[in-house]
Amino acid sequence: MIILQHLWIIPLLPLLGAAVNGLFGKHWSHRAINAVALGTTGLSFAATLELVREFRHLSADQVPWIQFYFTWIVAGNFRAGFDLQVDQLAIVMLLVVTGVGWIIHIYSIGYMAHQDGYYRFFSFLNLFMFFMLILVLAANYVLLFVGWEGVGLCSYLLIGFYFLKQSAVVAGKKAFIVNRIGDFGFLLGMFLIFWSFGTLDFKPVFDNVVGMPAEGFGQFGLMTGIALLLLGGACGKSAQVPLYVWLPDAMEGPTPVSALIHAATMVAAGVYVVARSHVIFIHAPTAMLVVAMIGAVTALYAATIALTQTDIKRVLAYSTISQLGYMFLACGVGAFAAGIFHLMTHAFFKALLFLAAGSVIHALGGLQELPQMGGLRKKIPWTYWTMLMGTLAIAGAPFFSGFFSKDLILFQSFASPYGGRVLWFLGIATALLTSFYMFRLIFLTFFGKPRYDEHVVHVHESPLNMIAPLVVLALLAVGGGWMAAPALWGGADHFEEYLAPVFESSQALVEQATLGQVHSSLHDVALEHSLMYAAIAVAIVGFLLAWFLYVRRPGISARLADRLRVLYTLLRNKYYVDELYDFAFVRPLNWISTRLLWQTVDARGIDGSVNGLAHVAQRFGQQVRLLQSGNARSYAAWVVLGAAAFTSLLLWMTVR
Amino acid sequence: MGLVVPVTYYLVLSAVLFGLGVVAFLFKRNIITMFMAIELMLNAVNLAFVAFSRMLGQLQGQVYVFFVIVVAAAEAAVGLAIILLIARNRESLNIERVDLLKL
Repeated sequence: MIILQHLWIIPLLPLLGAAVNGLFGKHWSHRAINAVALGTTGLSFAATLELVREFRHLSADQVPWIQFYFTWIVAGNFRAGFDLQVDQLAIVMLLVVTGVGWIIHIYSIGYMAHQDGYYRFFSFLNLFMFFMLILVLAANYVLLFVGWEGVGLCSYLLIGFYFLKQSAVVAGKKAFIVNRIGDFGFLLGMFLIFWSFGTLDFKPVFDNVVGMPAEGFGQFGLMTGIALLLLGGACGKSAQVPLYVWLPDAMEGPTPVSALIHAATMVAAGVYVVARSHVIFIHAPTAMLVVAMIGAVTALYAATIALTQTDIKRVLAYSTISQLGYMFLACGVGAFAAGIFHLMTHAFFKALLFLAAGSVIHALGGLQELPQMGGLRKKIPWTYWTMLMGTLAIAGAPFFSGFFSKDLILFQSFASPYGGRVLWFLGIATALLTSFYMFRLIFLTFFGKPRYDEHVVHVHESPLNMIAPLVVLALLAVGGGWMAAPALWGGADHFEEYLAPVFESSQALVEQATLGQVHSSLHDVALEHSLMYAAIAVAIVGFLLAWFLYVRRPGISARLADRLRVLYTLLRNKYYVDELYDFAFVRPLNWISTRLLWQTVDARGIDGSVNGLAHVAQRFGQQVRLLQSGNARSYAAWVVLGAAAFTSLLLWMTVR
Repeated sequence: MGLVVPVTYYLVLSAVLFGLGVVAFLFKRNIITMFMAIELMLNAVNLAFVAFSRMLGQLQGQVYVFFVIVVAAAEAAVGLAIILLIARNRESLNIERVDLLKL
């Protein structure tokens, strides 16, 4: 019961590591820094494993297990405490964050070995772990928001890690500002919850909501309001349309950061919040549809952009956005467990893909452009094989982890009472594109003839401390799906069963909605089969297309791009959304700030009035100083005049 | 008691003396003379104090007069020292030539 009693140990260990490394690590050797950073996160992971063991002994009515440590804010009848809570959802998230986080820490030792600011990097990375764990363990929205903002801060710090590079600085700022827009909605959502329920603690809020009737479809009530506002925050953090623009630029940070923060954990925080607030969302069918639509549209949209990107990390960034869209789609159709399942498998295979991409970049001495790669299969075999595993997983090759989770989402989006054919179609189209762009990446990187200058670049396989994490993640990416393999495939559906107590209350509503339908398809096994074959088919089609275009007839892709010039240019330039935002928001804001607020209000209005007052005082003083002539008799005359005036005033007042 | 000089007379005399002091201070250029004009004004005030003290039958007025006399003595000591220095430096006692203390 030690860890259950002292949940704070799990997040505070990484904070300790961050503090020690950040304050004292500057002149330490790499070994010492590694010991602190890996030691604290490793212990945190160990503590999580122990927590899982202890958690199994809790009876059902003890979950969620909430620990009150100290009261943090009290104002009137408002109370926010440092309260941590554990339930099955938190357990899954904890395992992903500490486990994958620790593996990425190990990888970073090799990847960052020759970089400046080594101690700074690990200090920030540990700090990120702390905030992420706070976010996951929080038992109220206020503490969750602390973690939420904290991971945003660390994301900013790590994107701008190479702070001498202008583009990295700009990207960091962009990520921070776009996230603030979403956080605005999140804050309003929190205010609305407090206004309605008088508390921000999860348990009382959700207990309250469960007792309320669900809003009708198309109805815009309190629940819909709260849900949509929270969704705003989630869209910012999880890079969904229309706030996704920061994530591709975030690739300016070091690759382990892209893997940990911008693929596996932080960007999944939005999905986590939606899943955590599932009771609120399920009571607002209108909001559910919005979630599902945003998810499906984002998935397809980002996948189309990923088709034409040439930077290896940017392809993966758009792929991440697309996969996050899947998770939102799952949550939107009421399949929260499926969303969290995909979150987990995605953490495995996307972290793997990013780390493998980092290994490729490392091997090529910093080269990131796909058109300059090629033929690396034999030279860096470990990287090639692990990356291939990740690609198979994300593309949905049968029995790999991504296959199960994606399939579950596609099935639910078709069969759920909240789903529909349109959502399913968007999902399956995304699956096709995903398979295509991922194999395009593999073929361009590892197949064909080398297109880099072999005299300049000396390709070398990465050191063991980079390969080992890749292998571990590859095993997870391949096998991680079996814990949730549906009964259909001989699996036991452990994952959904495990999470069932968390989503119990909302699942009841889903079932209820299903009963209302004439023909329920949620338990239709034949349908599940046929949808699965469709998913496998599109994955194979995507693979064949990529193979044909980039291996069989390498010249044809250029001709195809030439033929579809308009479409290609549009995709290549990311639908010009950055330019559109620049035109619609950034420029007007700049104009208002510069012309109106600075040059008019500040320079003319505020400076003008202050300077004007000073000017008046100066002019007055210049006149008045003439009175001080230095002539003693004139001073005396003034005194006399004043006395005379004062006396006359007194006289006049008494007479009157 | 018989014939008593009314207090008004003393006050009028005091006002006249004070006015003379003011006028002398304003129009004379010699510093010594101006100094004497100040003494005149102080003594005019003393006269008023004493007159009121007598009229009200209270002692405070007379106490004030002693204060004024003491202060006037101190003032005379400091003032004359300053005048002496001015006379040495400027070789003149004309107040018009002592006007450096200005902006």
